[in-house]
Amino acid sequence: MPGGRMSQRREKAQILDAAAIARAITRIAHEIVERNNGVQDVVLVGLRSRGVDLAHRIAVKLEEIEGTKVPVGALDITLYRDDLGKAETQPVVRRTEIPFSIIDKKVVLVDDVLYTGRSCRAAMDALMDLGRPRLLQLAVLVDRGHRELPIRADYVGKNVPTSHQEKVQVLLTEEDGVDRVVIMEATGA
Amino acid sequence: MAVGLKRKDLLGTRDLSPEEIGLILDTATSMKEIASRDIKKVPTLRGKTIINLFYEPSTRTRTSFEIAGKWMSADVINISTGSSSVVKGETLKDTGLTLQAMHPDVVVIRHAAAGAPQILAGLLKASVINAGDGAHEHPTQALLDLFTIREKRGTLSGLKAAIVGDILHSRVARSNIFAMRKMGMQVRVCGPATMLPRYMDRLGVEVFHRIEPAIADMDIIMMLRIQLERQGGGLFPTLREYSKLFGLNLDRLKAAKQDVLIMHPGPINRGVEISPEVADGPYSLILNQVENGVAVRMAVLYLLAGGQTTTN
Repeated sequence: MPGGRMSQRREKAQILDAAAIARAITRIAHEIVERNNGVQDVVLVGLRSRGVDLAHRIAVKLEEIEGTKVPVGALDITLYRDDLGKAETQPVVRRTEIPFSIIDKKVVLVDDVLYTGRSCRAAMDALMDLGRPRLLQLAVLVDRGHRELPIRADYVGKNVPTSHQEKVQVLLTEEDGVDRVVIMEATGA
Repeated sequence: MAVGLKRKDLLGTRDLSPEEIGLILDTATSMKEIASRDIKKVPTLRGKTIINLFYEPSTRTRTSFEIAGKWMSADVINISTGSSSVVKGETLKDTGLTLQAMHPDVVVIRHAAAGAPQILAGLLKASVINAGDGAHEHPTQALLDLFTIREKRGTLSGLKAAIVGDILHSRVARSNIFAMRKMGMQVRVCGPATMLPRYMDRLGVEVFHRIEPAIADMDIIMMLRIQLERQGGGLFPTLREYSKLFGLNLDRLKAAKQDVLIMHPGPINRGVEISPEVADGPYSLILNQVENGVAVRMAVLYLLAGGQTTTN
């Protein structure tokens, strides 16, 4: 897993607070409406686990703007990773729950952080196995650079320049009890 | 959260920790979703080779492992000994070394001799999964039974199960007893005295010789197949008498809980240990067990193939 071990890190800087996260989600929702001329045929698919929370928040905003409920699904990409047996740690497989057809839909993938692009590659493969969407877009709360694949996001909450040694941590009330995004740096390295 | 299957092989439930059993069941829950898809294929085990080495007949276990491997994109090869060099007299050791030279990642073995998977595991770099060895263990069957129970009841701890039938010859009973006890379940066994091994009380189970008191207020009744192929003879007078004394039919079921779950590892002898009305009845989980077998074996293959530890 890029970013390495979680231990021995301390907070270097806060890059988004709760208000900034809320504003970013509102803006992304507006951009989704604008880009797709409304929300007709738009569905949101969040990557487990924080991408799912963000997708639900975007869906709430979309309903406020357009008055339409947009379906939200949850995608687990563990079975599509390219580092099985190579990574130091083996992630827990969680359930994919997409209770609607994505065939011919405009699918917006939602993730918290875009980094190497490998999770996004895995997510695209996983989605294609569920059907052929009309188009696929990517929304992320933070783009921290360092892509290893030709992938870019369509909607970005905030671009943050980082180094490989740092880790971007997205904390959301649903999982962590607080809304904030911080950069963690290794200590004593 | 740092848990994981810190092992190369799955040889039995006896040496699994409750945490490992929980991890396998949780992983299987996620795997089950794949069965509901139009495209039942994930790329997880691409490039991995799984060999099914079956020295005994099997329909559901072999097919289940094969489907589990194929749904995860592994290459699965089936060897049944009737059509292999085993009929020419090759020993288990030589067969194992021959297979090793072909670099499999997982070998699934079923053998009539207890301990055969342990021997193979010592010989091979590949992970070895015990798919049934003699009257010893059949761990993936017990795991899929627990998965099926947990799916229906939401929990395992505190539930009560009666295992009825030919306990002596049953690797399914042994693996289930070990696994159920570890997960906090109460277990009873019931059968003719000739089919109940003496060591049963040492496994922490209650022993019954009549079915009616054994199944009263149980949450689960697990019926076992009379293993005609393993009978030396003389363990009971006739099949008819066995059925009369120990068979599960609608009449006997009246003594059980209203919402009791009926299980059977299959293949069933209709009308012997279980009547058709019960086997096909509303509380029967026999086909759920088969369905869940694929998800549980996917979980085991993933966890053995994927590395040493797990974090979230």
